[in-house]
Amino acid sequence: MENTIDVRGLSCPEPVIEVKKALSGRSSGQLTVLVSSAVARDNVKRAANGMGWKVEASVEGEDFKLTITK
Amino acid sequence: MNKDKLLIIFAGMIVGVLAVVLVQMGNPANMGFCIACFIRDISGAMGLHQAAVVQYMRPEIIGLILGAFIAAISWKEFRSSGGSSPSTRFVLGAIMMIGALVFLGCPLRMMLRLAGGDLNALVGIPGYVVGIWVGIYFLKNEFSLGRSQNQSTANGVFPVFVAIFWLILLLSAPTFIYFSQEGPGSEYALWGISLAAGLITGLLAQRSRLCTMGGIRDLILFRDTHLFMGLVALIVVAFVGKLATGMFNPGFLEQPVAHNDAIWNFMGLAVVGFAAVLAGGCPMRQLVLAGEGNSDGLITVLGMVAGAALSHNFALAGSPAGVGLNAQIAVGVCVIVLLLIGIGNSKLSGLVGSRSDRNPSINS
Repeated sequence: MENTIDVRGLSCPEPVIEVKKALSGRSSGQLTVLVSSAVARDNVKRAANGMGWKVEASVEGEDFKLTITK
Repeated sequence: MNKDKLLIIFAGMIVGVLAVVLVQMGNPANMGFCIACFIRDISGAMGLHQAAVVQYMRPEIIGLILGAFIAAISWKEFRSSGGSSPSTRFVLGAIMMIGALVFLGCPLRMMLRLAGGDLNALVGIPGYVVGIWVGIYFLKNEFSLGRSQNQSTANGVFPVFVAIFWLILLLSAPTFIYFSQEGPGSEYALWGISLAAGLITGLLAQRSRLCTMGGIRDLILFRDTHLFMGLVALIVVAFVGKLATGMFNPGFLEQPVAHNDAIWNFMGLAVVGFAAVLAGGCPMRQLVLAGEGNSDGLITVLGMVAGAALSHNFALAGSPAGVGLNAQIAVGVCVIVLLLIGIGNSKLSGLVGSRSDRNPSINS
């Protein structure tokens, strides 16, 4: 299973849809998500938290890296 | 309640207050804020259409772009990006405008009309929701207009120059710019008040991500009430404000700048909702995106300017007298175009694969 997904540049709510799709197949583990905007960062974080996952966000150049774990 | 939730509710409340204040200060009734109407007025001021009653260089629109820009710079969220199917986005902007002018208002004005007692909005809201629901169907079928890319800073600040250019035209009022002498276009608050209201709204909308489409879309798609709370706050505050100022006037008939043709109120906003989902944001949100350096947002706004010209030049807009045949045909054409855009950019067409296949990782 892919452990990094890159949703940079996608319009909302596509990043959230992609991340939810990736998380729905797993019960635990780690997923890294690359996003390019603060809006996508916040939306993905809220969605993942809502599904019971923990999210750590860090800055990667102009982008953000989200580390999602459970 | 966390900080983000408070912010979205606060933003909705302030926009609701500003909408009431702007009407008190001179804006048309139930039109304290209407993104579609105001962009249409700008289109008319520049002579792109000749509807003499709706021509004014609305400072609220200018302020919204500049307010979002200032917020994005201040919180380090400004980023020059674009290039995600610009021509399709231009068409989506035009369609949003055509639909909004059949209803006579963008979704923001739909909420303000409801708050003012215009019950025709109760027909428009289900239309908007159905339009969004149809758009979501395409999102679930891997709809995407593709990734935006990094662009030069000069390109990112372009929307700011457009806003400043419009401001110069407003203040210098050269003879070739049209200003309505009667009708809604002649009703406006002092430009400084309108500009300040736009700046505050742009700032709050950028920080809170307030979006009239996103609120309903996220509720249906993710059962997420976050953005929806902002919309509820906006309607409640505007309702209380209108009650307090004696502007609440419930009914279907003789509502300001409105008609009571239920089918076309429904269909007009259904088109707006559908187009807004495909474009990733309602008309207000597109202005905010433009201010954040997203040229796809600006292209959508320019599509709205063009859509307003089409609407009035070809008699596609509704009016208090009702909705004519041209407008009805235009709505039908818009629905067909939206379906083609939706199908063509989703896996339903068989032309494209899943969203991730079409958008492979950029650097890895």
